[in-house]
Amino acid sequence: MNLDIAEGEFFALLGPSGSGKTTCLRLIAGFEQPTSGSVVIFGEDATRVPPYRRPVNTVFQDYALFPHLNILDNVAYGLMVRGEKKAARRQASEEALSLVALAGFGGRKPSELSGGQRQRVALARALVLKPKVLLLDEPLGALDLKLREQMQTELKALQRRLGITFIFVTHDQGEALSMADRVAVFDRGHIQQIGAPQNVYDRPETPFVADFVGSSNVLPAHLVAQLIGETAPASLRPEQIHLTSADGKLSGKVIGSAFLGAATRLELDVEGNSLSVLLPKAASVPELDSTVHLTWDKDALHVMRGPDV
Amino acid sequence: MSDTTSAPSRISDAFWRQPTILLLLLVTPPLLWLGIVYLGSLFALLAQSFFSIDEFTGLVRYEFTLKTYAELLRASNFDILIRTIVMASAVTIASAIIAFPIAYYAARYARGRWKAVFYLGIMLPLWSSYLVKVYSWKLILAKEGILNWFFETLYLSWILEAYLAIPVVGGNSLSVSWTGTFLVFVYVWLPFMILPVQAALERVPPSMLEASGDLGASSGQTLRHVILPLALPGIIAGSIFTFSLTMGDYIIPQIVGTSARMIGQAVYQFQGTAGNIPLAAAFAVVPIFVMGIYLTLAKRAGAFDAL
Repeated sequence: MNLDIAEGEFFALLGPSGSGKTTCLRLIAGFEQPTSGSVVIFGEDATRVPPYRRPVNTVFQDYALFPHLNILDNVAYGLMVRGEKKAARRQASEEALSLVALAGFGGRKPSELSGGQRQRVALARALVLKPKVLLLDEPLGALDLKLREQMQTELKALQRRLGITFIFVTHDQGEALSMADRVAVFDRGHIQQIGAPQNVYDRPETPFVADFVGSSNVLPAHLVAQLIGETAPASLRPEQIHLTSADGKLSGKVIGSAFLGAATRLELDVEGNSLSVLLPKAASVPELDSTVHLTWDKDALHVMRGPDV
Repeated sequence: MSDTTSAPSRISDAFWRQPTILLLLLVTPPLLWLGIVYLGSLFALLAQSFFSIDEFTGLVRYEFTLKTYAELLRASNFDILIRTIVMASAVTIASAIIAFPIAYYAARYARGRWKAVFYLGIMLPLWSSYLVKVYSWKLILAKEGILNWFFETLYLSWILEAYLAIPVVGGNSLSVSWTGTFLVFVYVWLPFMILPVQAALERVPPSMLEASGDLGASSGQTLRHVILPLALPGIIAGSIFTFSLTMGDYIIPQIVGTSARMIGQAVYQFQGTAGNIPLAAAFAVVPIFVMGIYLTLAKRAGAFDAL
């Protein structure tokens, strides 16, 4: 695979577990050695450079705070091993702590902090070294929903303010889409697509991307051939499909429906393929086993011509 | 609810309503054992140390006195204390140094079959009799023993002789020297150091070491600032074993070593042949006292902060 990340970019590596996104991050950090290929950081070959000499820092999934040190010493750790003077590292660490809104927490032990606070300490500990690239390995994975949303906003704001490159690993497509400038979608060790969130969402290049990023419908090639005469699979977003009277482009049988709050999701059987449709709140929900006719927005049917199609 | 429930189920119901009764029933027997049999005999021993022996009749005088403790400070007795504490410290330090790499390997690298080999290798010596092990060491270290033969075969006897010529640690042969006693102590207690250190290292997540490297620490700095502090509770736990076991042992120094006595031998002789139970008790209090000081210092140094 080939991956280029621009300076100052918020870049997300998105994929299910075991897809190789974390391995990719660990290669950049230097925890793992590539069997072939190379890692280049700011024009310099870093393939054989040990982690402690790379201009990158990592925020770990489990935060990896040192339990025997207090918060201030945790944040100052990188400066301490670099041999900075005690006063200087104290000041820098306190600045980093106030950057993540934890001023005054320096004297506590990691075990006395909540998950969200530990997350911020891990962030401060990495940022205090002023890295050129910050690597984040599912940093929000262990937080509950409300806190996660708050941290997403804060991380994004922090990245804008500091202007350093963030490389962010996540399996949560919503997180990747809402935070990143660009996203790389991973599956089974391969990058399926790289692009801006809007682009990846609207124009998936492979059935995997269509399904994983926002659970789009994937129409098989023969059905697409029937509809528009092109023999390739196509993606069709559930929210772009509408129910219509008899003259629809496709018709299907209702096999299930689920109330989602803001909308209702219908599961249809269309010539043996399952298809989901998102109905707006106002629409009336058809009965189970009834036949419905479908139409969709212009350009909604997106033919996929990605690498593994 | 019917009132025809059987007796066992009514007892079970009562326990469910009053969980404290069940808990009390569960912990009372072990508490009695610990309180009366175990701690009781320990306090009986401590009490003995505050009595003294009548020098004319050789009978114990049951009056409170610190005279017996004062006797510990007599040169011949004080030598025994110093000798034992120095030996216990040396054995503990050597065990920690030897155990650490073994425990580190086992905790971080050994997987599956190799882990089983590790545990077997550590535990196997514990399965055989302690006396047999000590006597086999005598065979290794004796003048006609394996080690001597080995040095002779390699024409290196002069190294061994030069070493044995060193005062204090040397002697006629290794089996009658302090070095011999030290080697056997380290061998016999090593598993008690390896296992707690390994357990402590096992609890250090790999990401902790990666984080240290990521923040710019070299391997040496990671060892010093992360691994050692986190392994320290394990090292302290292991040192409690090696230190107190060495201080109390009277068999090893009797079989392998010089004729100078250690605390364990002194206790054995004073309570047995000499019939001076108060002095034996006072000797036995010393290891307890030393361990108390040691643990207090360790706690103050922050050895248990990572627990």
